[in-house]
Amino acid sequence: MEKTLSRVLIGNYSELPERLGKTVIIADKEIAVFKLASGKIRAIENRCPHKGGVLAEGMISGEHVFCPMHNWKISVNDGQAQAPDEGCVDTYDVEIKNGFVYVLVNV
Amino acid sequence: MAKQKIVLIGNGMAGIRTLEEILKLSPDAFDITVFGKEPYPNYNRIELSKVLQGDTSVSDITLNEWHWYEDNNIKLYPGETVTTIDKDQQIVYTDKERKESYDQLIIATGSDPVILPLPGTDKQGVTAFRDIKDCEKMVDYSKKYKKAAVIGGGLLGLEAARGLLNLGMEVDVVHLSDSLMDRQLDKEAGALLKEELEKQGMNFLLEKQTSEILGDDHVSGLRFNDGEEMEADLVVMAVGIKPNVTLAKETGIEVNRGIVVNDYLETNVPNIFSVGECAEHRKMVYGLVAPLYQQGQVLAKRICGMEGEAYKGSVVSTQLKVSGVDVFSTGQITENENTKSIKVFDDWRGVYKKIIVEQGKITGSVLFGDTGDGNRLLSLIKKGAAVEEYTDPGQNEESGCGLVADMPDDELICGCNGVTKGTIVDAIETQGLNSVEQVKGCTNASRSCGTCKSLVSDLLEYTLGEEYEENQKETVCGCTTLSKDEVIEEIKEKGMTNTREVMNVLGWKNGEGCAKCKPALNYYLGMLYPVEYEDERESRFVNERLHANIQKDGTFGVVPRMYGGVTNAEDLRKIADVAEKYEVGMIKLTGGQRINLLGVNKEDLPSIWGELDMPSGHAYAKGLRTVKTCVGSEFCRFGTQDSTGLGIALEKKFEGLSGPHKFKMGVSACPRNCAEGGVKDVGIVGLEGVWEIYVGGNGGTDLRQAELLCKVETSDEVLEWTGAFLQYYRESANYLDRTSVWVERMGIEHIQEVVGNKEKRAELNERMDLALSAIQEPWSEAINNGTLLKELYEKVNA
Ligand code: SRM
Ligand SMILES: Cc1cc2nc3c(=O)[nH]c(=O)nc-3n(C[C@H](O)[C@H](O)[C@H](O)COP(=O)(O)OP(=O)(O)OC[C@H]3O[C@@H](n4cnc5c(N)ncnc54)[C@H](O)[C@@H]3O)c2cc1C
Ligand code: SF4
Ligand code: FES
Repeated sequence: MEKTLSRVLIGNYSELPERLGKTVIIADKEIAVFKLASGKIRAIENRCPHKGGVLAEGMISGEHVFCPMHNWKISVNDGQAQAPDEGCVDTYDVEIKNGFVYVLVNV
Repeated sequence: MAKQKIVLIGNGMAGIRTLEEILKLSPDAFDITVFGKEPYPNYNRIELSKVLQGDTSVSDITLNEWHWYEDNNIKLYPGETVTTIDKDQQIVYTDKERKESYDQLIIATGSDPVILPLPGTDKQGVTAFRDIKDCEKMVDYSKKYKKAAVIGGGLLGLEAARGLLNLGMEVDVVHLSDSLMDRQLDKEAGALLKEELEKQGMNFLLEKQTSEILGDDHVSGLRFNDGEEMEADLVVMAVGIKPNVTLAKETGIEVNRGIVVNDYLETNVPNIFSVGECAEHRKMVYGLVAPLYQQGQVLAKRICGMEGEAYKGSVVSTQLKVSGVDVFSTGQITENENTKSIKVFDDWRGVYKKIIVEQGKITGSVLFGDTGDGNRLLSLIKKGAAVEEYTDPGQNEESGCGLVADMPDDELICGCNGVTKGTIVDAIETQGLNSVEQVKGCTNASRSCGTCKSLVSDLLEYTLGEEYEENQKETVCGCTTLSKDEVIEEIKEKGMTNTREVMNVLGWKNGEGCAKCKPALNYYLGMLYPVEYEDERESRFVNERLHANIQKDGTFGVVPRMYGGVTNAEDLRKIADVAEKYEVGMIKLTGGQRINLLGVNKEDLPSIWGELDMPSGHAYAKGLRTVKTCVGSEFCRFGTQDSTGLGIALEKKFEGLSGPHKFKMGVSACPRNCAEGGVKDVGIVGLEGVWEIYVGGNGGTDLRQAELLCKVETSDEVLEWTGAFLQYYRESANYLDRTSVWVERMGIEHIQEVVGNKEKRAELNERMDLALSAIQEPWSEAINNGTLLKELYEKVNA
């Protein structure tokens, strides 16, 4: 089946907690959405490349999140684990319009 | 022009290391194909010992993940064995009917474990210790069987034996010689080693030669050639390794003990090279990674057609990866008529040191008990230094700096992970590192066996000079050069009120901090301003943010408070009802005398708390966890005091109190100490008319016995002294130091002096009371706060 890119509404910008993650479920995907200190929103796959830790519960520092399981440091921009660890999670584009936040996913 | 084709036989440590070196030198020059008999990506064989000992898991020892091969365009055929090499046509054939041509062929087939030619080796329950499969087999057996015999008292055998002990088996080590590790240690060190390992629970049968493995299909024991027999359900053969040369031999490549190579790792057949444990260079076959990595470097240059130094052989050193045992050996280990030796033997402390000198030069050494000099000796031997350089070091040797200064850039510092001096120095310089921890994080050096830590520290000193000295002080984390005390002073002085302000004002390198300093600063601020400070949820580790224990699958554990381990029918009923209604994964009694509901979904947490209507047990907190109690005078025939009552009073008073780390208490009513106060942060023992207060015990990672703080008469005094002790700990310990570490650092006498001083005790208690006054019960707080519920506990179903 062809997959198409959809724009999925996940909530109000103002209601997302600051400097914290939010677990968002879209069809069969689990996504971690973060509102960074800068106010930017980032969305990445909610599965740590190490052992599948839930990244949405991690601690955020700048543009990175620390996995709550074993403290891997993952970039919320490109999904890359930081050295010396290796691995990558999927990232999703985000749109903010009229105070609503949308995540772009293939479903 | 088409790329040159490299084929590598053997997806192991030496072969892949060579490819890494090649990729560094000429990233896109070659088409690379790898065949590996084992169905895994390249992993760290060394760490199998740690896997068996339970310190790490199979999934954590991978060196090159699958995507590494992809990222570097390497074609990998895992689980595929090369069966034939046609050296004239330059083609290899595999057991899966594949054929692959090559321009350059690297044979890195490693070694095979030696299996003694005894009757019965084919029985179930007989294994070697070489790969993941062997390791998994042993773990599996340990779950079903009790008795293991390890044949071979060398390095591998002893590491296997230690692992099997950790897995709960009884272990007998059978060894042919009368001394353990006789290839690496002399008799004296061997005897000390035996004594230590016996203390750890190993049993030894020395000077025993196995003649037969007994049993039907499955092994049941061993018979020795003196006719004696022993029982065993598992037999591990660790009697040595032999280079895996079959393929080379069949191809007509020159083979002696290993595949014969010259100083450039070339075999006698054009375009075929060999590296690793299967290769024999100047009559030497190596069985440790450090020399194999050196070979890999030389071979990489040769294959890339670069001028490079020839491989001239390596001086190796051995360490035993068994915790609690420090042995080191290098070079020559026994004396002869041409040698003199320096010996120090401290039987009392179990320290032994021998240095062998021949014609004024150090040629070998054996260390036991204190191996701090190991790296230095190794390096002196390598450079052929005169013995005086060791006995009478010049000023610059003293620091260890001279040693690392002399090393060439490509000298290996961390043999296990193949990290060179150049890489470490470069990382220190370009990434602004200033601690061993950071170097470990950035380069992997000292991540496996840790024996190179002192060299890494020397390199830091050598690279950073005075700056490093300064950095020796414990900083809060890598984001700052300030220590905890300095940060606290600044916070007080400048009246800072949140973590971001602290980071900005104090010039944190990373303006948003890291997972280490965020919770630390959050704690210090809360400790300094218990009433005013608003706790930052985003600076808390998930457990403390959500007030539950996260599990590996992202569900949570719920542990309600059960003061002093005492419960009642009503609470038990509520727990049972909730467990049933929410279909929790498991109901388990914890080691802290209460009940854990495991496998709860995050969304269900608030409703469960509501229905339980019990306070949080803070099983997740850096703060008061449990107060264990014994039965006490009310029921027990030995009880002298109401330990249960005092335990409950302590728990009610201090519940919810935060700390630099968690703290636990135990109250018993007689010296039998059934509540295990000897390994608690605060352990109280009741005697006739007296309570003894012990502090600084730990039953966790680093066991420590608690020390007596004082003896008092009434339970009110226990509360008073405990309050002062805890407050002093809260105010002066580094974040994440348990009381055990803190008491060790401060010294019990000092703590007695402070807490024993009546005025100070009163002041400490005053500040403690203030801290206690600000505590809110977290579960009810969460369920009564709509924003919290929405922000923290709800998922979005879009
Ligand atoms: C639930 C419990 C095991 C059990 O089923 O019995 C437990 C579970 C965990 N312990 Fe423990 N410990 C439990 C009793 C203990 C004990 C025994 C005791 O308290 O009497 C110890 C040794 C005593 C001690 O602390 O001195 C203990 C020493 C540790 C340590 C090592 C601490 C140390 O300083 O060395 C850690 C790691 C840490 O805290 O950093 C730890 C960490 C953990 C964590 C929280 C791991 C983590 O960070 O996620 C475990 C959560 C498991 C989970 O999936 O929810 N657990 N843990 C016990 C809860 C007791 C309670 O009622 O609160
Ligand atoms: C338990 C244990 C602990 C150890 N501890 C230490 C230590 O503390 N320090 C230290 O320096 N060293 C230690 N070693 C030794 C170290 O692991 C080895 O020296 C190193 O792994 C050898 O590397 P290699 O590449 O030569 O061989 P290997 O890593 O064995 O790789 C060879 C690979 O080739 C494959 N192969 C063989 N024949 C074929 C074929 N025909 N076709 C395809 N593939 C083939 C094999 O299956 C194997 O995967 C330890 C070893 C063990 C087993
Ligand atoms: S509960 Fe404690 S001992 Fe058990 S695995 Fe977890 S941390 Fe280790
Ligand atoms: S699962 Fe994320 S660090 Fe281990």
